Amino acid sequence: MSDSVPPSDTGSARFESPASVREGLRSVGYLPDDGIAGVVYLADRLGKPILVEGPAGTGKTQLAKSVAELTGARLIRLQCYEGLDESKALYEWNYKKQLLRIQAQRVAEDDGGKWTDIEEDIFSEPFLLTRPLLEAIRAEEPVVLLIDEVDRVEVETEALLLEILSDYQVSIPELGTVSATQIPLVFLTSNNTRELSEALKRRCLFLHIDYPDLEREKEIVLTRVPGITESLADQVVRIVRSIRSLELKKAPSVSETLDWARTLLLLGIQSVDADTATQTLHILLKYQSDIEKAAKDLSTSSASTSR
Amino acid sequence: MSLPVGVGVPELPLGTSAGLLESLSGFVKELRNAGIPVSLTENLDAMEALKHIPLEDRDAFKYALAATLVKNNSHWKTFETVFEVYFSLRGREYHLVDGVDDEADDLISDLLGPREGESSGSADGLTHEQLAEMLFRALMDGNEAMLRAIARAAVTRYAGMEPGRPVGGTYYLYRTLRQLDLDAVLQRMMETARDQTHDELTDLEDRLAREEYESRLDALRREIEAEIRRRLVADRGAEAVAKSVRKPLPEDIDFMHASREELVALRKAIAPLTRKLAVRLARKRRHGRKGPLDFRNTVRHSLSYGGVPADPKFRYPRPSKPEIVVIADISGSVASFARFTLHLVYAISSQFSKVRSFVFVDGLDEVSQLFEGVDDPAEAVARINAEADVIAFDGHSDYGRAFLTFHERFADQLTKRSTILILGDARNNYHQAHVEVIADLKYRSKAVYWLNPEPTSYWNSGDSIVRQYAPYCERVVECRTLRQLEAFVGELA
Repeated sequence: MSDSVPPSDTGSARFESPASVREGLRSVGYLPDDGIAGVVYLADRLGKPILVEGPAGTGKTQLAKSVAELTGARLIRLQCYEGLDESKALYEWNYKKQLLRIQAQRVAEDDGGKWTDIEEDIFSEPFLLTRPLLEAIRAEEPVVLLIDEVDRVEVETEALLLEILSDYQVSIPELGTVSATQIPLVFLTSNNTRELSEALKRRCLFLHIDYPDLEREKEIVLTRVPGITESLADQVVRIVRSIRSLELKKAPSVSETLDWARTLLLLGIQSVDADTATQTLHILLKYQSDIEKAAKDLSTSSASTSR
Repeated sequence: MSLPVGVGVPELPLGTSAGLLESLSGFVKELRNAGIPVSLTENLDAMEALKHIPLEDRDAFKYALAATLVKNNSHWKTFETVFEVYFSLRGREYHLVDGVDDEADDLISDLLGPREGESSGSADGLTHEQLAEMLFRALMDGNEAMLRAIARAAVTRYAGMEPGRPVGGTYYLYRTLRQLDLDAVLQRMMETARDQTHDELTDLEDRLAREEYESRLDALRREIEAEIRRRLVADRGAEAVAKSVRKPLPEDIDFMHASREELVALRKAIAPLTRKLAVRLARKRRHGRKGPLDFRNTVRHSLSYGGVPADPKFRYPRPSKPEIVVIADISGSVASFARFTLHLVYAISSQFSKVRSFVFVDGLDEVSQLFEGVDDPAEAVARINAEADVIAFDGHSDYGRAFLTFHERFADQLTKRSTILILGDARNNYHQAHVEVIADLKYRSKAVYWLNPEPTSYWNSGDSIVRQYAPYCERVVECRTLRQLEAFVGELA
């Protein structure tokens, strides 16, 4: 319970209101719903990281990228994987350079150089390799830090993140504590393959991005697939919604909807019927069993009419 | 550093009344009662967040609370219900829009006014048919404001709510929906849709139209439910209503007494749960234990330390995977428990070297083959009832006979690596227990576990004879919810 409250009034608020976040994100081609815009706004105001969760392909990573683009900040990305450790996430001493330095000292030993001088020297900033987390903290210019797929690291490694997430600082034994000059916007994404620790969750605002509703998805298709007609877009998202309601291993994501819409456009199809849909299902669905299930369901939909 | 209490409640967010703070703390309390873990820091965060949110924006208010208080998506539904109860009615007080409006009929006529001449003046005179007609038209146009108004009118008219009457909201919901007869409405909408297009609707179009209408009807149903809830809150106060609508989280639903809706929630919850469990177990297997010292490797690495074995190397651990034999009672009330357990066990079958499953009522049948080559265990589980031959006599559970059959046919295939899971409530209908069979199974296998879906306090009451079997089991485990089941299976693998 030692987390001190992060400075909430940064004075450098990036956004005016949730509405301005929404408009801003729209202008860079990301269509948020009210929840997304509201949470991004709050994260900025409260100086808290956002933990973004949801099915794959719903634009979690894209959200961070778009916010970076909107605020004109540099995006620093830490891709998580099993076995990630602090030398990859935080910082590392540049051993090779240190060694060279020591050897150079030996050559010049006659000058009466002392070991303590070297020691002080080789554990200083020029010998420090900054990794994404430290880089984000030390950045002078505005940055957006994206910690991607945080559920992939082990529970123990999660602890690495805690100091940074609550206090925006990194402690390096040889150098002391490095505090952030400005509070970066931090996004953590998770595909929910395991339960994240309470400590991590407590420090974050939580945002669940689900598949968008019909209108929003249609809008997304219309903006991201230039040249598509309104009626085709409408049909596409309706069919996708229909497929999502089946029990599948992997429901089609937004990016797959977009791929499908592009394909239909390339094929010069004006309106989708059951046959076209079945033939192009492999773009929406990635498992053979899912494709079979959906194909069967689409072609036998007449049966349900007589309910 | 400082005690959390000290950080406590010092500065109220500017511009908020004590009233909001009060209902916020009631709200958080109710969330905790419903099983959502809300820590003190999160509570403070929520208050901090409210400072920055325009309070008249109800959506922003809701998302601010959700983002700070609820950190697990499966808790969202619970959150939403509690939110509705605590922050819907009090609209006027806190300028959260959407107060209660009993003059819904007037509202309807207002909305209708310019378009329809016929319903002039007060709308009290609306007949049942007229309301139904309006409902139909609003649904066809997807007119949300109108639907909301109609939902209100319908509740006023049909629910027959009486102040102080201690009935749950579902009763009123049922009464209202029965009068509206939404199935017939859907039918009519489909017919109209078919008439409107000049060509015949293709199957696909037909299906898409139907889904669209169904989703609108769902929205209407939700609106009616919310309306009823609002009125209940007005009548009885938030706390009482919150208590009556409180539902267990999916992982805490009791298998034996789950309603149909809850079973759906359970089925949805089981997929992410098994995925997480499998990941956790695989990791445990890889990282959990160190194998024995690898002498060769250690010596090789000692060369870089001038021959000093400073960095001992260990062999990669290869713990043997357990072999699982599931024997499940699938009669009546315990059936859904057996299904969920089978589903879970097969979903993580990669963590076991082999899984075999048997189901029984008074006869016993192997169902392992149903799961072979099937991607989705749920599918196989669904087929068990139709395809397993489990009834030998009268169709009442007979544990003794089932165990005897198992022993006769399969006992010689058990090895010291097999772990046997017996699923059932041990309600034997006063048949013979045949305890000696279990004793022999225990002798032949590595361990016998008994998972009982009944609360511990019911064991050994009536015809439950779990006590007789217990001495021959490694452990008898109470397993009423997904949470308990997950914990047990996690230990097992």
